[in-house]
Amino acid sequence: MPGLVAGIDVGGTFTDLVIVDPATGSVRLAKVPTTLPNQAPGVLNALDEAGAALEEIDLIVHGTTTTTNAVLERALARTGLITTFGFRDVFELGRRTRPKAYGMTGRFVPIIPRDLRLEVPERMDARGTVLTALDETAVRSAAQTLIEMGCEAVVIHFLHAYANPSHELRAAQIVAEVWPNAYITTGHSLLSESREYERGVTAAVNASVQPLLERYVTRLADKLADRGYRRDLLVMNGNGGMVSARTVSKEAVKTVMSGPASGVMAAIATGRRAGRMNLLTYDMGGTSTDVAMIRNGRAPVSNEIEVEYAMPIHVPMVDVRTVGAGGGSIARIDAGGMLRVGPESAGSSPGPICYGRGGTKVTISDANLLLGRLPAGRFGQAALAAREAMAEQIAAPLGLSVEQAAEAVVRIANTHMAGAIRMVSLSVGADPRDFALFAFGGAGPLHAVALARELAVPTVLIPARPGITNALGCVVADLRQDFVRTLNQPVDRVDIDTVHAIFAEQEAEGRKLIGAENIRLVNVRAEYSADMQFVGQTHLMRVALPHGQPSRQDLQRLFEEAYHQRFRVDLPSIKANLVNLNVSVIGERPEMDLSALIDRSERRAEAVPSEWRQVWFDGSWVHTPVYWRDHLPLSLSLSGPAIIEQMDTTVMIEPDCHVTSDPDGNLIVEVRHD
Amino acid sequence: MIDPVTLAVIQAGLQQVCDEMDLSFSRAAFSPVIAEADDRSDGIYSAEDGSLIAQGSKGLPVFVGVMQFSTRSILQRIKSGVTPAPEQGDIYMVNDPYLGGTHLMDVRFAMPVWRDGRIFCWLSNTGHWPDTGGMVPGGFSASAISAEQEGLRIPPVKLFKKGVLDTEIWQIICSNIRVSDQRIGDVQAQASALMVGADRLAVLLDRYGDATVSAAIEEMRTRAAQQMRAMIDLIPDGDYSATAIVDSDGVVDAPLNITVTVSKSGQGLLFDFSKSSPPCMGPMNSVRATTLSSVYLAMRHIFPDVPISAGAFEPLQVVGLEGTFLDAQYPRPVSGCAAEVSQRIAEAVFAALVQAIPDRVPAAPAGTSGNFGLGGFDPASGQSYVMYQISGGGYGGNADHDGLSNGCSTIGISKAPPVEIMEQKFPVLYRRYALHEGSGGAGQQRGGFGLDYEIELLRGEARASFVMDHGRTGPLGALGGQDGAVNRVEVMQRDTVFVPPHLSKAQDILLQPGDRVRVRTPGGGGFGDPAWRDPARIAEDIRLGYYTAEQAGERWKRQD
Repeated sequence: MPGLVAGIDVGGTFTDLVIVDPATGSVRLAKVPTTLPNQAPGVLNALDEAGAALEEIDLIVHGTTTTTNAVLERALARTGLITTFGFRDVFELGRRTRPKAYGMTGRFVPIIPRDLRLEVPERMDARGTVLTALDETAVRSAAQTLIEMGCEAVVIHFLHAYANPSHELRAAQIVAEVWPNAYITTGHSLLSESREYERGVTAAVNASVQPLLERYVTRLADKLADRGYRRDLLVMNGNGGMVSARTVSKEAVKTVMSGPASGVMAAIATGRRAGRMNLLTYDMGGTSTDVAMIRNGRAPVSNEIEVEYAMPIHVPMVDVRTVGAGGGSIARIDAGGMLRVGPESAGSSPGPICYGRGGTKVTISDANLLLGRLPAGRFGQAALAAREAMAEQIAAPLGLSVEQAAEAVVRIANTHMAGAIRMVSLSVGADPRDFALFAFGGAGPLHAVALARELAVPTVLIPARPGITNALGCVVADLRQDFVRTLNQPVDRVDIDTVHAIFAEQEAEGRKLIGAENIRLVNVRAEYSADMQFVGQTHLMRVALPHGQPSRQDLQRLFEEAYHQRFRVDLPSIKANLVNLNVSVIGERPEMDLSALIDRSERRAEAVPSEWRQVWFDGSWVHTPVYWRDHLPLSLSLSGPAIIEQMDTTVMIEPDCHVTSDPDGNLIVEVRHD
Repeated sequence: MIDPVTLAVIQAGLQQVCDEMDLSFSRAAFSPVIAEADDRSDGIYSAEDGSLIAQGSKGLPVFVGVMQFSTRSILQRIKSGVTPAPEQGDIYMVNDPYLGGTHLMDVRFAMPVWRDGRIFCWLSNTGHWPDTGGMVPGGFSASAISAEQEGLRIPPVKLFKKGVLDTEIWQIICSNIRVSDQRIGDVQAQASALMVGADRLAVLLDRYGDATVSAAIEEMRTRAAQQMRAMIDLIPDGDYSATAIVDSDGVVDAPLNITVTVSKSGQGLLFDFSKSSPPCMGPMNSVRATTLSSVYLAMRHIFPDVPISAGAFEPLQVVGLEGTFLDAQYPRPVSGCAAEVSQRIAEAVFAALVQAIPDRVPAAPAGTSGNFGLGGFDPASGQSYVMYQISGGGYGGNADHDGLSNGCSTIGISKAPPVEIMEQKFPVLYRRYALHEGSGGAGQQRGGFGLDYEIELLRGEARASFVMDHGRTGPLGALGGQDGAVNRVEVMQRDTVFVPPHLSKAQDILLQPGDRVRVRTPGGGGFGDPAWRDPARIAEDIRLGYYTAEQAGERWKRQD
């Protein structure tokens, strides 16, 4: 009999846990404060709170922000660089940029400081021919110097190593001899593509988070073992797949940004069960909003994500875009008398005024409270302070009532968030009318219906437990291995047998790696795609391929179709270029029964409001029923206006919208469009 | 009057129309200058006078406000009958610098947006084409003395008539430019971006109504002016003068002065350039539209929150351009105006205003695009090539922190190509790609560092050209800070080292395999008296090898 499956996600504020019993479908949940900087006590607390007996658990999948935080806060392990003579400053020069288009200021801290960047004589040309032999003595002494300078990890990054890695490999051998315990990352091993800055930074991030991640997962795995857990701990990667804690730190960089990825994986799994394969994910939290587009049930993956200014991490990651609009975003009147919302945020400290933690600036959450959309009782005196601030800071300068001002703040915030969703969907040729909006995060369900109206999206899907979506993503995620190979040849001259061989080889490698994990799978499958362009272009377009044996004509045709869909342009006179071949091998785990995420025993036969209150919709107060979500009947059908509250979020249903529920407890809102 | 919420929502909507045009244009373009370097811009313009309504936030900064001048001249020519009136589906094309442009390589498209048979507004975009003919590939000549040498000059003509490309005009263009075979891709990308804009705008107009959107546009203009005035009020009344010096025009070896006096009064800001140098013989002249845009650009760098719209420019009055090299008339050559002179105009504005509002304005940035062109024949591939290496430089220190190193040009946002890509495409080998040590100007907050690179020619003969600046004087320090290091070009031919007589500009220097070119780009100006710098930070700079102990001792000498 299969045992329990646990998903644990560590977020900025809370650590969330979901335990599913695949045999019975029963679910246990826990939410405890995140512990920092060591996240392990929080994880153990969550397991305690759920009352989990670890020996009954078959699989623990863990999403951690250890590496993300380390990168964003630059709290990295001391790491040295050994690189080609003449090129140590590549890490500091970057690509000739500035943080913002306007304003000739800004700071940049190189990921490895200059005194830890050492050069050795060696040189390849662009075809991988050796021009200068590797100076092995210099490598040895560079390693010695870095040890003496207190480094814990080292990056070996040589020019054109993607074309010929022999110097990097030899240098790694030498370093390992003099420095047996080093965390050694070679530039070519994570991505074998040209672009020395991007490849180097990716390698440097890997090296400098490796020791941190390894210490963390080892400690956590030991603690879990002490408590009786006998299986492998698995860790989420930024590509939405998971890998064993035993090997995760080898490619530690791949765990960066894994939080948003697990949210997308949960959306895919939930959507699949609900029969919705096209989703726009909308995760609104306290300081920011993440959006992504899922087409045909496939995670959008990109190899070219910049996690912050001049910090490119070019390994496959789920492509999630972030905008600076969250519950804590600040509203203000600018010098021209225009109302602005964000990107400045009150964050979680001091937070919105209504939290009563010293916030003095009006935020989106304050506006929602004043419109009756959040339960006023929960905020007490701070609600009055929010009202006064709204009157003074926004309503008076605009000549509006407090409610009109609050509504304006929410509308402008929605405009920005809708803009972000348009940029990931409409602007790449997708029609929002073909999608459902999947809303989660603490604040997502509050804005989702209004946003769907703004975007002309017909349906909103609100999962049973929007506040623990990332933890759910850990429970449902598959095993996943991504491969990229660069060809860069015109399609009409490419050797198609080579293409097929590369696909086959990558798929075999992926199957081997996935087979080596001791995890129960129902299926292993591969997804194929090609990054293509017209000859002469620099941007790439990812073209999904139905199988790994496309003909040259297939490649040309599929590319032209994708190009036409995106740009409405046909260029019959210009040839296509095949740049990269990508394979994702996916080890599918058994589908999880999610229907018990809301306890069935609490369900009632009829929808009975727990209270009625005044809620502001479109310029006036409306007497609105408020429901407790856990008490709603299994087969729900009701019309807006309505507020549905639950432990971790509030759902707002606008007038004239209709809401039903499905067997998994998702709310499906059909949105009115005027 | 329009309600404030609808106003803000429509403003965000118009902005997004422009941002989507920018994105669509870049992603579909072929020219790497557009696709990678984002050397393009898209905007919405008034049907009455072509004035700017909204512009994409991802457009190249040098184009701030510039297309309103070209749109305006199209409207004037239509009115006077010189250019045929538009019909639905028509798209005009123009690159004439003297009709509200920049240099010839910036090709503009303009298309009316029709509502019920009337023109509601215009959409326009500009893209930098890799070549428009002329004496040098790519158009950046250092020695042209007339417009005809710079390339093909196109007045406003309908390239698309009722939605169909005019193949006759297209053939004339293709016969006059280099690498014409892929340009149809850029033309389609540029036109398609306008179509995307028209579609999105129609949705916005349908939703809010044409009258409401018109009212919002009117109000946005008033508000932007009000916002700019509020910012200008931070500047104490008075006159602030500065001079930025351009090394030479590339033909006559004499410096050109950009002298500006910025006067703040109750009326706004007056920029008087009348003491600047007269028109020059070589291609470092600027046309009026570019000069005005450069002033707007500088102000936007200083006050980045004010939205880009014609209203924001209302309180800025620019005078005294007549008779200077900043208002060049046909046939003066102008190919240096968009990439080089524009940055130096911005530098003059920074240097003047840093005296007035030092907490908001940095010391001078490197101020050159560092254009090094290499054209030759590669015997290994059997093909001719033209390579461009653009490079960044140090930014000026500012009230809060040291200047950024290897920042992109003041007027650009484009990345430099990776060394590995350059070596894949061209027969060159980089011997070094490093910080230009010691180049940041000393100050309480020092300037950032420039770039120091050296390239060796591997195969075949080639000719090198340089269009750079700040070789004679470094980027200006501010408030007692020292100037950044100057730009240096050295060509190592066999046993000799050749330094161009004009220091930062030269054309057609013959290179043989094994010859090398070394370029060191300027560091940023220092900000504030060096004596006030924390000694611990000076020691840290020495430890990291940014300065030698000797350099630091010299520059940060305590004046006790």
